[in-house]
Parts: sequence; structure tokens; C-alpha cells
Amino acid sequence: MTAQTVDTAVPAKEKARRPTAWQLLMNNKLAAAGFYVISAIVLIALLSPILPLPDPNATAPADRLKPIFSEGHLLGTDQLGRDLLARLIWGTRVSLLVGVSASLIAAFFGSLIGLVAGYAGGRSDNLIMRGIDMLMAFPYILLALAIVAALGPGLLNALYAIAIVNIPFFARNVRGITLGLSRREFVDAARLSGKSHVAIVLTEILPNVLPIIVITMSTTVGWMILETAGLSFLGLGAQPPQADLGSMLGQGRSLLFTNPMVSIIPGIMVFLIVMSINLLGDGVRDALDPRLRAGALSRPMAVTRIDRRSVPEPAKGDDDAALVVAELETSFETTRGPEPAVKGISFHVRKGECLGLIGESGSGKSVTALSLLGLVASPPGVITNGSARIEGRGVLGLSESEISSFRGGKVSYVFQDPLTTLHPLFTIGDQVAEAVRAHQPASRSDAYAKAVELLKTVRIPDPEARASAYPHELSGGQRQRVGIAMALANDPDIIIADEPTTALDVTVQAEILRLLQVLREERGLALLFITHDFGVVAEICDRVAVMRFGEIVEAGDTATVLGNPQHDYTKRLIACVPKPGQGRAFLDAVRKLPARDKGARRT
Amino acid sequence: MTADAISVTNLTKTFGGQRSLFGGRSHEVKAVKDVTLALKQGETLAIVGESGSGKSTLARMVVGLETPTSGEMQIAGKDAAVLNAEGPRAFGQMIQYVFQDPVSSLNPRKTIGSILETPLRLLKGYDRAKRKARMKELMDAVHMPADSLERYPHEFSGGQSQRIAIARALAAEPQIMVLDEPVSALDVSVQAQVLLLLEDLRKEFDLSYLFISHDLAVVESISDRVAVMFFGEVVEVGSSEQLFRSPQHEYTERLISSAPRLETGAN
Repeated sequence: MTAQTVDTAVPAKEKARRPTAWQLLMNNKLAAAGFYVISAIVLIALLSPILPLPDPNATAPADRLKPIFSEGHLLGTDQLGRDLLARLIWGTRVSLLVGVSASLIAAFFGSLIGLVAGYAGGRSDNLIMRGIDMLMAFPYILLALAIVAALGPGLLNALYAIAIVNIPFFARNVRGITLGLSRREFVDAARLSGKSHVAIVLTEILPNVLPIIVITMSTTVGWMILETAGLSFLGLGAQPPQADLGSMLGQGRSLLFTNPMVSIIPGIMVFLIVMSINLLGDGVRDALDPRLRAGALSRPMAVTRIDRRSVPEPAKGDDDAALVVAELETSFETTRGPEPAVKGISFHVRKGECLGLIGESGSGKSVTALSLLGLVASPPGVITNGSARIEGRGVLGLSESEISSFRGGKVSYVFQDPLTTLHPLFTIGDQVAEAVRAHQPASRSDAYAKAVELLKTVRIPDPEARASAYPHELSGGQRQRVGIAMALANDPDIIIADEPTTALDVTVQAEILRLLQVLREERGLALLFITHDFGVVAEICDRVAVMRFGEIVEAGDTATVLGNPQHDYTKRLIACVPKPGQGRAFLDAVRKLPARDKGARRT
Repeated sequence: MTADAISVTNLTKTFGGQRSLFGGRSHEVKAVKDVTLALKQGETLAIVGESGSGKSTLARMVVGLETPTSGEMQIAGKDAAVLNAEGPRAFGQMIQYVFQDPVSSLNPRKTIGSILETPLRLLKGYDRAKRKARMKELMDAVHMPADSLERYPHEFSGGQSQRIAIARALAAEPQIMVLDEPVSALDVSVQAQVLLLLEDLRKEFDLSYLFISHDLAVVESISDRVAVMFFGEVVEVGSSEQLFRSPQHEYTERLISSAPRLETGAN
């Protein structure tokens, strides 16, 4: 909910100014270090033919096992008198080449399998993926050994073995993403546009999967180099005299105690390559993942940051109101400075009263509701001005623990989609009981008994038995009843309902509205009801405030505002709602409306 | 009968119920049960129902995105089974579909131009120059600026995305459009404009609409006839005026009385 609101509050131009993937990557110091190290290594390996290096395979028994920094041999020589520096650089070149080609081959075939399995679905998916599972059932190095054993030793065969062993990683990753994408509506739309299945996979799905393939490649290429070295170490990869890092390690093994440098030098190189590639790979993954890019990992604070210019006193006559909001302003920080989403609005709700806050998407109505108890995600949200008083007490200046005692206690929220606010793995009885125990010192069994009672209050049939049901076992309407039961758990004075019936069918919506109405009368609740639907407002609210672009443009008794709207925007909105019985006359009325002031809206 | 744009007879769709690997039968859901309906040439037939009533499944079968379990469908007088054998192109030239969520029906990695070009190239077989001209005309028809073609879907609001999706459907020059909750995801003021656009386009291009919605007031403002679906069955069909004034079925009555009304508070 918050993310969505933030999104609509941020102007379109702002999105283009988000840091690019490259900037993000370079901001990550470890990834940048990895990038520089691997670039240097790749550069040297590429330049090896033109570097003034001695022949890496030329043996010179007279010069065998020279120490490092000896003349003419910067890193010394091995047991056959070959220059270690030359062998290291040529060996790195071979290892990199094999590792990168193996990961390209694995990525190509793995992605192909994943795309086909994910798009075809059903039985073909099952068949292909069980085949892949079989491949994964073997320890990968054993499988690689078996493949090399069948093909015979040699660098090329080691490359094939490594590639085959790594296909399942790509296949699994890509298949998961494809499965989700191929059920999306744009795929259906492409089919109706006449695209064949092959064209859909290649031109519609592949572009969306490509980032995942790149990420998987960047994180596995280090592994592949390590695995190639492993096979060469066992004598199954590069054959003498050809140098690669693994075979250098293998040949140095017998001299480990007398001349450790012969194996330590290629060992350090393997370490540097794998480490830098993995650091870079992690950086690439973080930079490309849109969720991480949007800052989802920066954990929001427990209470919205408050940086108020002023704390206005409540107006006279509002003293008896349950909730008084004065000049509230909530902004979102952007690269251009704070953008206000709610611009200095004031309203009050009395005990037993229902105030409707109505507006279209992006009008700031949800941000208003969340601001009251400091629930706007921060960063980027900041409350920049105004006050909210609950029974005469200013809430926004309170400490974190004091504000938490209000949340779900005196003030509780009911959200739009109960399926996302209820935890899928706990029974509804446990969840309502938890809401009770959050504010009351009740034993587990007492809380559960209270939970069952609450479920009865919200008219859930057979509450004793239903309390042990999981959220997915309930219908949408019943889930929303559970949401309301949780809101009632601590006898609140104020309920803030944010589009509580929008996700429901009309017949169910009517029942939920009736329930809220009854509860309000029985308990004298103050209800702040946020909606986009004038019909719902007419049904339940005593007063209504119309919001647009973060401002209240008109407020008053529901009957007055709906029957005789004063502001042009309210008039327009009401004219845009088709009324039952109006029939085709509605469209003629819409045609006569003056053209909307386009500049005022976002797009 | 031949004048009907769509006619379906005893159409049934069952999900699940296949024999699994070890012989047991999986849970079976009858989404659409024995539906017989006809959409006349040039009219707007609305299908109304709540979630799970099978209205979207019915719509998806009509455009060939789902295969019916049993029953017959005729699209513009041609047997749907024959059309199906010819592939999605045969379907797409006659009937197009507009999805509920405009944002997810546009591929985020393609420009509007390349999204619109696909049906023009594959379904109509136009050459490059003709495609360019048509794309401009289409943008004009849905009241969008021509420079939208070079932009990506995320640059547009919900209402604009839905206009683009409608333009894509129109690109195939179909005779029939299936609109699956085309305005449910939109703000009221945008919703009114899109409804008006749809009505104007229907007159201009002589289209027939199958209009799926859960919103009775919206349905009343645009449809000639209404079919009410309840748990996979059509419980009532009638002209828009007659059905809303004197509903025959008990469920239709309940639907109409549940719809929130502006007047209760205002008058």
C-alpha cells in the first residue's frame, strides 16, 4: 500500500533520475574493487601474446626451482625450469577462457531448457524438470568426473563437463521466472496479436528474463573457473605442457613442502579471480534487482521521521473530537528535495462519527491515514508540518514506545486486502489472539477465548470452529471480517479503514459496510473511512472530505456535498459516477463535461 | 442465427479433473456450466457477475485463450473449432480482447510502437509505410499523442495504458471486441472517459462488444443487453432497461440492491 502510494506521489520525471545500474554498482565499494581487480587480470591475460614474456613451455633443467625475484624470472621457475610468471599469465588466460565459455554454454542451454519448460508448463515442464533434477541429484564434481571419464581427459572435454554440470542452475532459475511471466496478460495479448509460441518466448519473455540470466552468470562464472581448475588439478583438464591454473597447482603439489611458491602463486591467482568475480557478481545482482534498486532493503524506521516547521494548536470547538488533524503535511524525499504528498490538511472526527476521505489515486488519502500514527515508510517519508491529536493528546511528538501503544490500541487500521495483511501460516484465531496480547496482559488461552468472541462480534459463522482456519480457507469477505476483528481487539476509539471494501464483491461489500455501521453505533467508534467510491461514502459516512493532489478541496455533510457540490472537482467526480437507472444518458452527460485541465495531472 | 457475432451453445469449461500420474483424479472445478448465449451484430452484451462466477473464463474461451471442455462456439458464423485449428491468427483477425489490468497487459520492455506494430504486421500483413500510418491513426482514435509510440508502458498512467491496450485491440481491425473489466482498475473520472471512448469507437468502427463487468452502474450505461452469471451459469438475460427495472432472478435482485447508491445520502 505504502509503496504504491509513494509511487504515484513521485512525478514521472523523477524516475528517470534514479541512479543508474552502473552508478549503483560503483557505489558498492566491494563490487567496485572486484570490478577493478578482474578487469586488470583480464587485461593482462588478453595482452599475454604481446607482453615480453619467455615461452611458458620452454624447459630449462639447469634453472629449475629458482626462488621468486631471481634474475630473469620474477616469480621464479618450476621443477622443469619453466618461467612461472609466463605460465601464470598464460594459465590465467586459459582458465578464464574455459570458465567464461563454460558459463556461456551453460547459460545458453540452461536458459533454453528453462524457457521451454516454464512456457510449456504442465506435463512437458514436469518431464523436463525431473530430468534436470536427476542431473542435480549427483554431486556435481562426481558428475563432471564421470563425463570427463566418458569423453577422455582434455581441456575441451573438461569445459563440456563443467558446462553440463551447471546447466541445472540456469534451467531452474530461468524456468521459475518464465513460469510467472508466461501467465501474464501481455503474453496472452501477444498471442492475440498473432505471434507464434516461438516468437512469444524469444521477443516477449526473453527480454524480461535476460537480467536474471546475466545475474546468474555473473555469480556462477567464478565457480566454473574453480571447477575447471579442480578438474585440471586432478589431471583431467589441461594436458602437459599446456599451463592452466589448476594443472599448475596439481604439478606444484608434490613440491608443496620444499618449494611452496610453485603452488602458492597459482593458488593466489585462483583466489583473486574467484573472489573478484563473486564480489562483482553480487554487486551486479544488487544493482539489477529492481526491488533493491528501489531501496526496499533500506529498512524503514519504526516511526515516520518528523521534522515539523510548526505544531499548530487545535481550533476551538474541536476539543471533544476523538481525532483532530491540523495542517498536516507529509512529504517524500526525492533527489530534488522534499515533494509534499499531503499539503497542510485539517479535519476532525468526533466520537461515533464517520468521516469519509474520498479521492482518486495519488490524492494523498492513504498517506494521510498512515501519517496519523507515523506509519509512512521513512525514508523517504517525512512529516514536515502539522499535528494530529487523539483525545486532546498530540500523537506525532510522542516517543516510539508511546506511539506503538496507540497502534492497534486506541487507534486501529483496517486495510484494503486482508489476504496480504493476514499471515498465511497462522490460524485466524491465533492472529486475532496475538492482536489482543499485544496490548493486554492476557494468558494465551484467555486471549484465544477473546479472539473467538471477537470473531463472533464480526458475525463469522461458527466462530469456535472457524478460529482454527487459515486465511486461505476463508472467502474475501470473511477475511475482511477477520481484519475488522483484529482492529476491534483492544476496544479502539478510532478505526481508520483504508479502502476496506474495494477488493470485495458488491454483495459482500454491502454486508461489510452494514457490519461497520452496526459496530460504530454499538461501540461509539470514530471511523475514518478512506475510499474512492462515492456510493460507499453515501452509504456509510456522516461527513465527507474530498481530496485532490494532497489537499482537501471540499468538506461537509455527506448529503450536502453529494447533493450540492460546490467545488468544480467534486462536481466533476460526481458527474463521472454512473448512477443506477441513468442508463445511456450517463455517457451523454460525460460528453458534455468540460475538458479536464490536463496540465494539473501527472501525465 | 447467421447474423450473430458470437453464439455459444451449451458451453462448458472444467478445470482440473485430469488423471494424474498415479491414477487418481485431481479436484474438479466447473467454471462455466452449459452456457448458451448470443451476441448480435453491432450490439453490446454485458456479462455481469461476482468473482468466481466464470465470466472471465467464458470471455477467454470466446477469444481462443482457453479451449472449452464441451459445447459449440461460432464466431461471426464460423465454427470456433475450425478457427482454433487455423491458429491464433485466425481468431485475432475477427475478435480481440482488452484486459482488466492495462499495466500488466503491456510488455514493460517494449515501446508502444512495437506493441502496436505486432498485430499490424502479423494479422494484417501491412508493409512498413502502411504500418506507420495506421499506428498514427490508431493513436489518434484513442486520443493519444503520436509521440507516445516511442515511449515505454511505465511512462503512462492507468487510463492512458488502457487507451493503448484498446488501440492494440483495434489494430487487428476486428469485428468483435471482448472487454474484460476494462475500466475496473481506473479512477472514476478516467473510467468515464474510457467508457465514452469505447462507445464512440463502437459506432465509428461498427463493432460488437462483449463487455464483462462486476459494476452494474457501468454496465447499465453502456450495454444493450445484460446476462447475469452466477456460479458458472447464466441465470438471467434481458435487455438492459428491463433487467435493471424488473429483475426476474433472485440473485440479480440481490446484486442490484447491494450496489451502493449516491442518492441514499444525497436526497
